[in-house]
Amino acid sequence: MRWSGVARSNCCAIWSRAELSRVSAPLASSPNGGLGNGPAGGLRIQFSEVEKRYGMRFALRGVNLAIAAGECVALVGHNGSGKTTLLKIAAQLTRPSRGKVSFFAGENPIPPEEVKCRVGMVGHHTLLYEELTAEENLIFFAKLFGLADPAEKARQALEPVGLAGRAADLVRTFSRGMRQRLSIARALLATPGLLLLDEAGTGLDPEGQHWLGATILRLRDSGCTILMSTHGRNETQGAVTRAIRLDGGKITHDSGAGGNPNEVLVMAAVRDSGEEGQP
Amino acid sequence: MTLARAAGVILAKELRTEFRSRELLGTTAVFVLIVIVLFSFTFNPTSSESRRFGPGLLWLAFLFAGSLMLQSSFLREQTNDTLAALRLAPIDPFSILAGKMAANFLFLLLVEVILLPVFAVLYNVALLPVLGPLLLVLALGTIGLAATGTVFSAVAAQARLRELLLPLLLLPVLAPVLIASTEATIGILRDPSELSLVWLTFLACFDVVFLTAAWMVGEYLLEE
Repeated sequence: MRWSGVARSNCCAIWSRAELSRVSAPLASSPNGGLGNGPAGGLRIQFSEVEKRYGMRFALRGVNLAIAAGECVALVGHNGSGKTTLLKIAAQLTRPSRGKVSFFAGENPIPPEEVKCRVGMVGHHTLLYEELTAEENLIFFAKLFGLADPAEKARQALEPVGLAGRAADLVRTFSRGMRQRLSIARALLATPGLLLLDEAGTGLDPEGQHWLGATILRLRDSGCTILMSTHGRNETQGAVTRAIRLDGGKITHDSGAGGNPNEVLVMAAVRDSGEEGQP
Repeated sequence: MTLARAAGVILAKELRTEFRSRELLGTTAVFVLIVIVLFSFTFNPTSSESRRFGPGLLWLAFLFAGSLMLQSSFLREQTNDTLAALRLAPIDPFSILAGKMAANFLFLLLVEVILLPVFAVLYNVALLPVLGPLLLVLALGTIGLAATGTVFSAVAAQARLRELLLPLLLLPVLAPVLIASTEATIGILRDPSELSLVWLTFLACFDVVFLTAAWMVGEYLLEE
């Protein structure tokens, strides 16, 4: 990855491994980091007979899944296996064709209109405005989430992702990795109790991947529920407590809440590498 | 967050991005100026002819401006899937439409205000004596144009032939607005005291009906 001079100086300051714990710590402990709520902040999700069709094609078929608060669940599977659709349904971006999704804080169901206040998502795309600066993007989303003092929230969110020095620069001048870090900062702005990551490591360099892994671990330890789609094994999987394999819209393997996720992750990695090796 | 406040935040973002890039306003203003100049070549207007045909040409130019300008209203949200980011926010889905409608209304009104003096000169029409009633008609017609266009822009943005689809959807639906605005403008130019309440009421009703419909179906319009 090529960096501009300013970005490089930021990177050197931020991404050295010795600094990683310092870098991810403010994210975890800052008021905007979303982690001050502790374990009670995590949401429990229940997918019941969830089915999603696009025309005649099934993206999900009868998915039954309960994810406890504070779990870090990795969704693995081929392209088109239904990972993104499941995440979009959890984010309420798309409705299931059949079945339902319920959200709970502790034992109490959360009304659908309140769920969005507690969900953060990093998607395939960056979900950022290229004609706005990094700071303007975060202030805009902080305002939409009704956060107090959006400018201060934005400033606090930019610091741990290493973009404080580029706060006033337009997003269109950012590299893919910087956009991805800003996208993660956006997702964490509003104290999410449920974090949805759709291949969030895309575009991040190895140090960025390592930082993302450390951040996810810290979020999980603070009680945030995390549901992420991923391909094979990478730095983010150190935080995974449960792995689920999707195939053709169905759950084919689930390591379970107390099980060992590595078996499913290794299996996914082997299958993915096998596919990559094919002519 | 209240609907009005969320719409205000989105309106501010729309204004900021547009005035920073100036892509849409500049292009549309130049396009509409060319259209109105070309129309003026088609006949040699005396003042009475201008009063009869001018308003129709003027509103056609506004319609072209609308179909050009409104196209990108939701297309711009597709670049980085920012519409999904808006939909992730805990706000009334109609506030997304309302913010964009307000922005489109202001952009269109700006283009219209730029266009009016050129129209007055080319078509030999004195607009100053009728400016008050004319602005009222412009405002009501433009609300209809912006509201309808924003809704159909949201629909068309998710289709494959989106560039073709918006004018195809928009122009038939906007025919009543075009007729009412043109008739009201003809009446004003003929005699300022002839401001037709019938056409004004028609325009106001169209605006209210369409805004209500958009409010009721806004959530479904923005879904994938």
